[in-house]
Amino acid sequence: MENTLRCDPYNLIIAGVGGQGNVLASRVLGDMMIHQGYTVTIGETFGASQRGGSVMSHLRISARGGFSPQMPKGKANMVVALEPMEAIRVLAVYGNPKVKVLCNTRPIQSVGVICGEQIYPEKKQIIKWIESLSADAKFFDTTKAALNLGNPVFGNIMAMGALSSTGDLPMSLNVFEQVILKKVPAHKVEINLEAYKIGKGMVIA
Amino acid sequence: MSSILFENKKDFEALLMGNDAIARGALEAGVNVVTGYPGTPSSEIVEQLANVAGERNLYVEWSVNEKVALEVAAAGSYANLKSLCVMKQVGVNVAADSLLHIAEYGTRGPLVLVSCEDPGALSSTNEGDSRPYAKMMEFPLLEPGDFQEAKDMARWAFELSCDIRNIVMLRSVTRLSHASGNVIMGKLPKSIPEAIFEFSGTPMDQMKGAVLAFPTLVDSLRRRQHEKLSKAVAAFEESPFNTYTGPQKPELLIITSSVCNLYTREALTILNLWDRVGLLKLGTTWPLPSKLLEQHLSVCEKIFIVEEGTPFLEDNIKVMAAEKAKQVGIKTFFGRKDGTLPCVNELNPDLLIKGINHILGTSVQPVLDDYSAEAAQIIAAGVFNRELTFCPGCPHRASFWLIHTALKLDNRSGFLCGDIGCYGLGAGPCGFSTIKILQAMGSGIGMAGGFGKFDRFGMSQSVMAVCGDSTFFHAAMPALVNAVHNQSDMILVVLDNSGTAMTGFQPHPGSPAGAMGSKLPMLDIEKLCRAMDVRVEVSDPFDLKATRQILLEFLEDKGNPRVLILKQPCALSPIRKGRKMYEMAIDADRCLADHCGCNRLCTRVFKCPGLIWDTIKNKIQIDEVLCAGCGVCASICPTGAITAKKVR
Repeated sequence: MENTLRCDPYNLIIAGVGGQGNVLASRVLGDMMIHQGYTVTIGETFGASQRGGSVMSHLRISARGGFSPQMPKGKANMVVALEPMEAIRVLAVYGNPKVKVLCNTRPIQSVGVICGEQIYPEKKQIIKWIESLSADAKFFDTTKAALNLGNPVFGNIMAMGALSSTGDLPMSLNVFEQVILKKVPAHKVEINLEAYKIGKGMVIA
Repeated sequence: MSSILFENKKDFEALLMGNDAIARGALEAGVNVVTGYPGTPSSEIVEQLANVAGERNLYVEWSVNEKVALEVAAAGSYANLKSLCVMKQVGVNVAADSLLHIAEYGTRGPLVLVSCEDPGALSSTNEGDSRPYAKMMEFPLLEPGDFQEAKDMARWAFELSCDIRNIVMLRSVTRLSHASGNVIMGKLPKSIPEAIFEFSGTPMDQMKGAVLAFPTLVDSLRRRQHEKLSKAVAAFEESPFNTYTGPQKPELLIITSSVCNLYTREALTILNLWDRVGLLKLGTTWPLPSKLLEQHLSVCEKIFIVEEGTPFLEDNIKVMAAEKAKQVGIKTFFGRKDGTLPCVNELNPDLLIKGINHILGTSVQPVLDDYSAEAAQIIAAGVFNRELTFCPGCPHRASFWLIHTALKLDNRSGFLCGDIGCYGLGAGPCGFSTIKILQAMGSGIGMAGGFGKFDRFGMSQSVMAVCGDSTFFHAAMPALVNAVHNQSDMILVVLDNSGTAMTGFQPHPGSPAGAMGSKLPMLDIEKLCRAMDVRVEVSDPFDLKATRQILLEFLEDKGNPRVLILKQPCALSPIRKGRKMYEMAIDADRCLADHCGCNRLCTRVFKCPGLIWDTIKNKIQIDEVLCAGCGVCASICPTGAITAKKVR
């Protein structure tokens, strides 16, 4: 299982809402892949979209390289959603009947919901929709687990831990550790390792 | 934690963002002077270089605006230093006057202008394309086609500038600047620069004369400029950054540049057309390498030009094909002009697939109709768009609330002129749709100055303008001077949140430190305005009562401009982030819910994301995770149901 991609290119989207740590998650995963000799293209936008808007990172992981930072429509192999509604938004454009989904179930309300103009769908309904748009969907509450660690932002690293347990990508804890050492200040390394391990356990269960 | 971007070793590979790759390329070229004005998607280049200013002995500054940034960089060049100037597409317009003159004279030390542009306006108010400046002002233009090239071409841009002794523009786009890919690094050189400005030679001695754009010299300067361009073309004909992939005699020749290279490659792979279609990727897009193009144009009848922005390549290649009609024959062109590609917005692999299918009659990739239809149904049933909003505790929400309500109370159909930055959202629901004109940086003040003079034509509306603190220095000062001198009846509100917040808190002339972190004198906006002899008040936007009083007084006042400076740091700024001023709580008994003014003033109108409407209890609630503790909602609640307790 180690050191192989389930397919080449492996097309992955990390979806969420501005502030959830999409960029760090995509960088960590990208660095883990490059560390093992793969080529990676990451497409993302930041700027205006960070102010409460939907955000996504496209990762194209390959042994060959040269892929577009914008994934072609319908070509995602995996969607990692840090927020459930964002999973659906991404699936509608980049999904296909074979796509897999890893999804945090904790919603982030929009301003529209706060002011009563929009209604956030029931959790059960959202799960049903995601299941019907994917071949395999796994759900967990990384926000809750991350809050237990002290900050909801660790949800992004937990999601990477969850991704590692699917076996789709070579993502050993050892490689994660080498990468995270260079990404976060020294005193945050331990807690990020913890988050990764917790995330890894979430899918096996 | 260390940045591998700046490791001083050769041939190691890393995942770099396009902007980081450009920064690395400049370092590998031995850059000395780095200037710029922040703007998405360009800001990271200067930021990254500022981080290593000490260890690499660079001078890095965030300049007051792009014109001055280019002038400081040009000074670097005239002092024989290697200079880099970075901006987003709109900045090139600001810098254009100086750019014209610098290009006419030429450079001494190499000077590279990086313009990061935003096709699709992902974080812009326009789709500005700066490439035509290269043609209009006659200097070379380079466009990297992937991440490795972003680094390699940034480095090469310095070499080219050094060879031809003129400014070189490197153009990137959001999907390259903010995307990431594998980059193999080169060596970082040791450079021991000696800065000196020489002026002992004759005016036409480019390296040793005074730098003068005299009318009598223009003819000679322009001739010299054209020689530089010819030299650039000669280098472009041989450049490894112009590549061809495909058969010797393709059915279709695609000519492209920039990130469209990656879109096209992907489309050709998906359509499995590499044996029928040729791809000429140009890294050097002005002046065009005519021999190279002639060679490729002559073997194919159908030419598809793929680019974002204006049809710059398309028009220029068509002109060249006309000039060389005898050699290359009659061509059929496809591109943005004939509708093969949409004429606006950014491109992507899917649009390329569609365009190629249109030309060759090939089949579209398998369409999953059932899946798309089901997804569309689900989206319609329950997926809403996330409206952009000010952050919880953002001072702009309070400021726009105050301006909005003051204009309503004033009751003279008053309006607010604004510009870009986070506070541009003041034109949307989170800013109570208060801004009614939103265009270029600082343009609101210039326009308000105009509206404020139209009483003689019967205009009786109250006129207000807003700008941020960084924008005040960048573009608002001349507009305010104009309004003061011409006695325009307008009110300027400066939303001073202590930094260039939208692009990531880059410092400006009102900040206590510069790009390199060293302490610098702070220019005081209040003092500058007082020196213009206008009425100036300073207030805290979180103090609704006091600020409203000033605004209402200002609205009653007549004649000259009045300036209100609203000071409160951005909620995400290092001073405020994670620190609450107030602990907010709810006195549920006092909450009137739907019976309150405007049916729940707090959540239906004020709409701070830190407030949640509890639909079960039908009461207001504070979101403990999001609330930034600014206390403003307590001042807004008419019944005192929201309470604020000062945090010590």
